[in-house]
Amino acid sequence: MDWTKSNALHIGTLVVLFALFFILPAYHVGAFSRIMVLAIYAIGFNLLFGYTGLLSLGHAMFFAAGMYGFGLSMNLGGLSVLPAFLIGVGAAGLLALGAGYLALRTIGVAFMIVTLMFAQTFYLVILYYGEYTRGDEGFIIQQTQRQIAGIDLTTETARYFTAFILFAVCFLAMARLVQRPFGKRLIAIRENEERARMLGYDVARLKLAALVVSGLFSGVAGAAYALLFGYVGASFASVQYSIFPLLWVLLGGAGTTVGPLIGVIFMFYLIDISSGVTNAYMLVAGLALVLLTLFAPQGLAGTLRKRALPWLP
Amino acid sequence: MKNPPKISRRKTLLGLGAGAGALATTGVLPGSLGFAQAQSSAPIKIGFQKHATGIGAAYGRWYDTTTTAAVARINEMGGINGRPVEIITEDDATDPGRGAEVLEKFANQHEVDVAFGTLFSHVVIGSAPRAGELKLPYFVVSEGHHVASGMLNRYTLQPGITDVKSQVISMAPFVADNLGKKVTMIYPDFAFGHDHRDFFSEAIEAQGGEVVAKIAIPPTETTFTRYFPNIPRETEVIYHVMVGPAVLTFVKEMGEFFGPSRPEIFGFIDSLEAVDIQSPGLEFLEGTYFWEGMPRHKQANESEAASAYRAAVGVNDRGAAIDDPANVATYAHMFGCWETLNVIKAGMEAADYQGPADRTKLIEAVEAMTEMPESLDHPQGDKLFNGKTHQAFGKQFISKVSDGNLEVVHTASIEDGLYADEVDYTTQSF
Repeated sequence: MDWTKSNALHIGTLVVLFALFFILPAYHVGAFSRIMVLAIYAIGFNLLFGYTGLLSLGHAMFFAAGMYGFGLSMNLGGLSVLPAFLIGVGAAGLLALGAGYLALRTIGVAFMIVTLMFAQTFYLVILYYGEYTRGDEGFIIQQTQRQIAGIDLTTETARYFTAFILFAVCFLAMARLVQRPFGKRLIAIRENEERARMLGYDVARLKLAALVVSGLFSGVAGAAYALLFGYVGASFASVQYSIFPLLWVLLGGAGTTVGPLIGVIFMFYLIDISSGVTNAYMLVAGLALVLLTLFAPQGLAGTLRKRALPWLP
Repeated sequence: MKNPPKISRRKTLLGLGAGAGALATTGVLPGSLGFAQAQSSAPIKIGFQKHATGIGAAYGRWYDTTTTAAVARINEMGGINGRPVEIITEDDATDPGRGAEVLEKFANQHEVDVAFGTLFSHVVIGSAPRAGELKLPYFVVSEGHHVASGMLNRYTLQPGITDVKSQVISMAPFVADNLGKKVTMIYPDFAFGHDHRDFFSEAIEAQGGEVVAKIAIPPTETTFTRYFPNIPRETEVIYHVMVGPAVLTFVKEMGEFFGPSRPEIFGFIDSLEAVDIQSPGLEFLEGTYFWEGMPRHKQANESEAASAYRAAVGVNDRGAAIDDPANVATYAHMFGCWETLNVIKAGMEAADYQGPADRTKLIEAVEAMTEMPESLDHPQGDKLFNGKTHQAFGKQFISKVSDGNLEVVHTASIEDGLYADEVDYTTQSF
């Protein structure tokens, strides 16, 4: 029964997102293209934070690895979109494997600091190799390069549906993954790592696998951002972009499948609308975060699950 | 005898209001009340992408002040094609991601005619692809070489301010002839610094000089003492382009390192925009030289147009706000907003611009521009616009700090800053 409800929720979410293209005005269609890409990033972060209980403060390096892996393969390597996209995602996965191998030797606050340091190093490496990366300025992927099989991905329609397809695949894959034994084991680690170890699970390996999958999703988002919006820049590797997915997931509901999407939508429009009213819009965002933390500490979807919909996946 | 009828104050005001309305409708009233079709024509909307928050906020504030003053003047003159100009401001947080979103907002939500006003290069580069895709003319005031390098697209133009390549190469003859031929460069280790390094190295060699050391400072650095011993003894000139809040520490530590015997020092005022040159800690800059896009301190020979512009943007003779002398302007750059808005006006008038359907006509009209003589439309000085590269070229100033004043000692000509075309945007389709 719950499985049916959960499927209905996921399919329903995708139907709504599909329909929004035909309903929303042009500006919001563009906004939702961006929201779906960023939601993929949040979904990846959620696997590690929401389901495994590992708080990384360095996820921007995986997002940026996908972005730069894709962008540099196209601009310096002369590759077309699909192979460049795979290289971007692969780069993020490899980086997650390497960083995870080292960082997962630590736990708690130390893990947060080590991931933060790794990400800062990655950011500085991008600046250091400015000859190739154009440092802080970044570089452009030209409109003519952003095509697959003759389809121009820079039109509003193609951009929206590319973002939609990527989001749908990641959303459904993650929803399935966390219901599989792999996902249940990650939840077991989150709830009681010692007990999971006592039950015979290889906790270290599972955590590394979670980090790699999380990094891969982040890489998909980074490569998709560069593909759909045509820009690759170091600001996406800065600490700000490590904090964003944490906020999105906290707001939307950590450990829920729809939480990351809700969090991104909420945060995007909170900033978009409040910036039209005041320059102190980050203060408004901060206040909203404080209020949510006080009154809905499990995020929007988390609170909904606690109070009304216990079946919410 | 009958008393004349009494007219109450309320009736008088009503009558005056109705009369003024009727006159404005028929275009009889002068100035801002007199747009020929003000009652029937919608305003020309210009989206101003403002660095209201983030690292560019000081620039954003002054770009805003200049934009407001320029638009007030344009509206007083009757607007553009008889229509008033309205500025729609959105904060881009000096962030390229948000910058692109702001352009989407301009095009699809506010439905502006053109977008304008971005300074920081990474925001321009992050936003420009969206301008091209949204087919929204995007007039930047950035001084970056990104426009003329061919990196961007036909919808992005920079007609109101020179680019860093032009600025740097026009400095080399003065440096080599007056300060010395052996130069040590100190620059931030990111794209802006690398542009200076590459363009100046080439330009000084062309003048028979050489760069004897290139000292790149990591962007996260907060103290600089350990870098100064790397300056070779043979150095005749130090060329510095440090930016950000650490510049005060940089200058202070450089003073402590050299003491009274120092080589000649040349820098870009970018380091000290919005900073009072007489701030404590900057005493060491006395006798050193700066590039300025437009002289901050009023010169004895300041042109009539430049003085009128200074008054219009509310800046005193020391380059600070008239009503708040502690609020120093970003004077070397902000004229670009004023001049760009006047180019947009001239372009729209030449293209008989009526609405978004005429955006390509507007771009073609601007591309056709060449000489822009010094006037109140162009108070910084004569400009030469290159329609192929979408870039303006103009005079550059070198000022010496004397008794805490920036005194212009050399004016580089437009020709000093010219270089070969690197792109022809006019060959790109719309």
